[in-house]
Amino acid sequence: MISALAIMALGAVVLGAALGYASIRFRVEGDPLVEKIEAILPQTQCGQCGYPGCKPYAAAISAGEADINLCPPGGMDGVRKLADLLGREVKPLEAEEKPKQIAIIDEQTCIGCTLCIQACPVDAIVGAAKQMHTIIEPLCTGCELCVKPCPVECISMQPIAENIDNWKWKYPVFEIKRAA
Amino acid sequence: MLAKLFRFKGGVKPQTNKAISVHEPIGRAPLPARLFVPLHQSIGGAPNPLVQAGDSVLKGQLIGAADAWVSAAVHAPTSGRVLAVEEHVAAHPSGLPTLCVVIEPDGRDEWIERRPVDHHSLPPERVRELLRDAGVVGLGGAAFPSHAKLTPARAVAMEHLVINGAECEPFMTCDDMLMRERADEIVRGIAIFRELLSAREVLIGIEDNKQEAIAAMQEAVLRLAPDYRVVAVPTRYPAGGAKQLIRVLTGKEVPASRRSTELGVQCFNVATVYTAYRALACGEPVLSRIVTLTGNVERPRNWEVWLGTPMREVVALARPRADSSSFLMGGPMMGFEIPDLDAPVVKATNCIIAASPALFPPPPPEMPCIRCGACAEACPHELQPFELYWFARARNFGKTQEYYIFDCIECGCCSYVCPSHIPLVQYFRFAKSEIWAREREKQAADAAKERFELRNARAEREQAEKAERLARAASAKASEKRAPPDPGNKPAPESAPAVDQPPAAAGEVAMTAGDAEAIRKAAIAAAIERARSQRESAQPRNTDRLSAGQQREIAAVEARRAARSTAATAAASGTAAATDSGGAAVPPAGSRRDD
Amino acid sequence: MSWSTPPYLLADVSVRRVMLQVLVALLPGIAAYVWLIGPAIILQLLIATLAALLGEALMLRLRRRPLLLFLTDGSAIVTAWLVALAFPPLSPWWLTVVGVLFAIVVAKHLYGGLGQNPFNPAMIAFAACIVSFPALMSQWPALGLRLSLAEQFGIIAGLAPRVDAMSGATPLDALKTALKLGDGAVDVPTLLATQEVFGNFAGRGWEWVSTGYLLGGLWLWQRKVITWQAPAAFVGGLSLLAGILWAWNPQQFANPLFHLFSGGSLLGAFFIVTDPVSGSTTFRGKLIFGFLAGAIAYVIRVFGGYPDGVAFAVLLMNLCVPLIDMYTQAPIFGMKNPK
Repeated sequence: MISALAIMALGAVVLGAALGYASIRFRVEGDPLVEKIEAILPQTQCGQCGYPGCKPYAAAISAGEADINLCPPGGMDGVRKLADLLGREVKPLEAEEKPKQIAIIDEQTCIGCTLCIQACPVDAIVGAAKQMHTIIEPLCTGCELCVKPCPVECISMQPIAENIDNWKWKYPVFEIKRAA
Repeated sequence: MLAKLFRFKGGVKPQTNKAISVHEPIGRAPLPARLFVPLHQSIGGAPNPLVQAGDSVLKGQLIGAADAWVSAAVHAPTSGRVLAVEEHVAAHPSGLPTLCVVIEPDGRDEWIERRPVDHHSLPPERVRELLRDAGVVGLGGAAFPSHAKLTPARAVAMEHLVINGAECEPFMTCDDMLMRERADEIVRGIAIFRELLSAREVLIGIEDNKQEAIAAMQEAVLRLAPDYRVVAVPTRYPAGGAKQLIRVLTGKEVPASRRSTELGVQCFNVATVYTAYRALACGEPVLSRIVTLTGNVERPRNWEVWLGTPMREVVALARPRADSSSFLMGGPMMGFEIPDLDAPVVKATNCIIAASPALFPPPPPEMPCIRCGACAEACPHELQPFELYWFARARNFGKTQEYYIFDCIECGCCSYVCPSHIPLVQYFRFAKSEIWAREREKQAADAAKERFELRNARAEREQAEKAERLARAASAKASEKRAPPDPGNKPAPESAPAVDQPPAAAGEVAMTAGDAEAIRKAAIAAAIERARSQRESAQPRNTDRLSAGQQREIAAVEARRAARSTAATAAASGTAAATDSGGAAVPPAGSRRDD
Repeated sequence: MSWSTPPYLLADVSVRRVMLQVLVALLPGIAAYVWLIGPAIILQLLIATLAALLGEALMLRLRRRPLLLFLTDGSAIVTAWLVALAFPPLSPWWLTVVGVLFAIVVAKHLYGGLGQNPFNPAMIAFAACIVSFPALMSQWPALGLRLSLAEQFGIIAGLAPRVDAMSGATPLDALKTALKLGDGAVDVPTLLATQEVFGNFAGRGWEWVSTGYLLGGLWLWQRKVITWQAPAAFVGGLSLLAGILWAWNPQQFANPLFHLFSGGSLLGAFFIVTDPVSGSTTFRGKLIFGFLAGAIAYVIRVFGGYPDGVAFAVLLMNLCVPLIDMYTQAPIFGMKNPK
């Protein structure tokens, strides 16, 4: 009886020591999970999740403070990937999913106030004070942050049109159903 | 002919149907009433238009200049007047428009000054540039700029130059006829390429169902360059695929992950070589190409067609039968259904086939895959198409890449032999374009992230600098009236209070962020006050000369804005006040969320 | 705009044609069977076909799949025939029906229908029935049993009593029983040479049925419906193990030829392990799959509790297929000698 207890206790001590040692010896610096989550996020930096940028949102998800379905630009695809990475359940998006858009400045209306330039998180707008501004289309992430600050409402979001360069082969129609 | 031939695995033997279109010599298609010359006719960068509506152009005049190394120039096929540079439906499976130069021929067909060059006297780089500016691209269908393939690898000596006259696609005979009729020019063109690549050996591969072409090429080779070897290769689709032909003639296998030059071999189509010769020896850029018109038509034949000719007019030359339901560009194995016959003939248009339900019966209904492995047997790249199919269907794109989806050349052998009639190639194309799109998105996201981080760092730096300046100013003028921030300052990115401010003021209203809370609050108040007074007094300058309607619109906008501004102002200043000098970039995002 | 896709040329092939060729390839074996025990097997094949089509139709209806397309693809009939040929020929009709329905409903459709079943349906049916009805599943017509057509049909229909003469044994059974009863005193070569049940080289009559399967299988191979790897490896695995043990102790173990031509060896080699859906698909995978299936079949039939081991061996190997396939992917074009 005593010897059994002693053996079990010894085992516990040995294992505990091993685990403790491992936790120190193999300690991972930083939080790679945050980076993995951030890699999934679309980097629009739009703040629609309620966090000021993709990285803070990634940190919040990693810390368990935020849900995984708060990122509308990432879409359901993004939610699925996050769920996969974190072993959580897939949830429907909080907001509705929109096709990818970019901002367009109506250059006739623009008064050159620079507010949108200040709002743009990814430096995709060029222009100077009292000069016309314009969006550098390939750099725009479609975050919509520039839309509201514009005092003359000359910025509109437009879905990216299909052209030959971004055209994609479609998923083949599954013909079994049709043959029925 | 004594060459030892290798064989590639897989492949299929569909009915070739080539005999119908070789009875007549190559005809010259008439000039259409309008030419729609697309600027983007090759792989790589889209050329920039050099002409505009109203310009008159000469035959052979450059109308689109290559914008990158991998890009090729575009020329006016005849003399005439530019009617427009506008979007016009492209020869592309999507049926989407592309930028075209619309030319109305004047009928004079007047050449620019043609300057034949002796390529021996020029350095190789210059020859490559000339080829690019002559618009020489792969005419086998891929339209890859040829000059970009003409640089030998540094580390590997160029062993073999393979000239592709195999033309394995059923129905297609344009290369066959070209070799029969213009073998001399082809052989002379090969000499140019051989010199550029300093290739040791030249192998001309022709499928053994083209005896006349083989004879013509052999005769020309014997006369002009007896050390080239014309090799008859067994007729088996896709023997004319560049990688398959290289394998058959040299035994080398080029995977997708490597360039063929790294293995000391390069491959060009006979028609490409021919145009290269014309470009250098005659100074004639690529203005036309030979197109096979065949299929369900009264008069199948090969025609030399001006690039930019609407397909409708080309097709009419062959007199399609009434029951033709659609038209294919390219062969029946790899071609696509032309969505709109208004699309112009381009450099990649090697063949137009009139299709009818009798000629190409619609596929029987798709059945589930039974893993019979017929596709894997037929795949010339020894892939496992059925595995790729499972993954592509499940949108498991990572797995498709593990099973080498990018080694798939979309030859269609797998779909051809599939007893379940699964459109396998379609699944692979879908998967590939999804992967490309995701790759693009990922790159864009990475770049966006980098810019975001740079911007944050910049904002932080600027804020720190300003805080320091303000602190100095504040201590100097402590006894005097509260100083407004330097009006000459560039607007700071975190100017939260300005969010709802009118434009002209914004440039001068700078957000303050001092280390002393009192100074900051006072400065904010001063700034807001100043902005307000300015908003009331000043009109934005660029609204001076506006029409009454525009003025009204702006007034309406201002009114709407004013209605919303109260809450925004409160929130914005609240956020700004709460921000300490180190926490850059938060306010813009924060203030926006309140709306 | 239509969405027809390249290639616009298609070879004249179809699932139906593949299945029809498999059915044709079974005919020589069936012919030998009829010669051996009479037309009962034809009736069994008919019952099985009918049950398979009904089961298939029912499941297609439930799963809302196109009825005509899948009913006529022939796959259900192939499964049905394989079940009928694997079962004792004078089984009561309901046993055949239960087996076929189990194959079609459970092994095929519950896994997703054509092309989706991880296990060979016919072998699932055989395994399920031999576990559930061991007595009925081992009643093979005794040697020299000559029953009239009416008598055979009566037995299958359950109208006539199952006569004693019917509870015979296959050569494999006979050998096993003899070895067990003899308790080491039996000399296998003498046994095989003297007892009539063992026929010329592997079992009277059965050896010709097996030869029929062999012929059909070779024809399928020649028609490129099947590849040689799996059957060759199966035969190789079975013969190798049999050969080793026979060479070691010929008194106790039968020769490889006997094992190849008795029981379900050749039916399995050419019609079961070649099933593309549940089998391995890579070159090396097929070799591994076939070889291990052959070896396991031998072990089960010689050392195990069941008279034949092909079904269990194939099912065991079906389990391993994803793993085998994953590890036996051949290098692709251009990747054979990566530098």
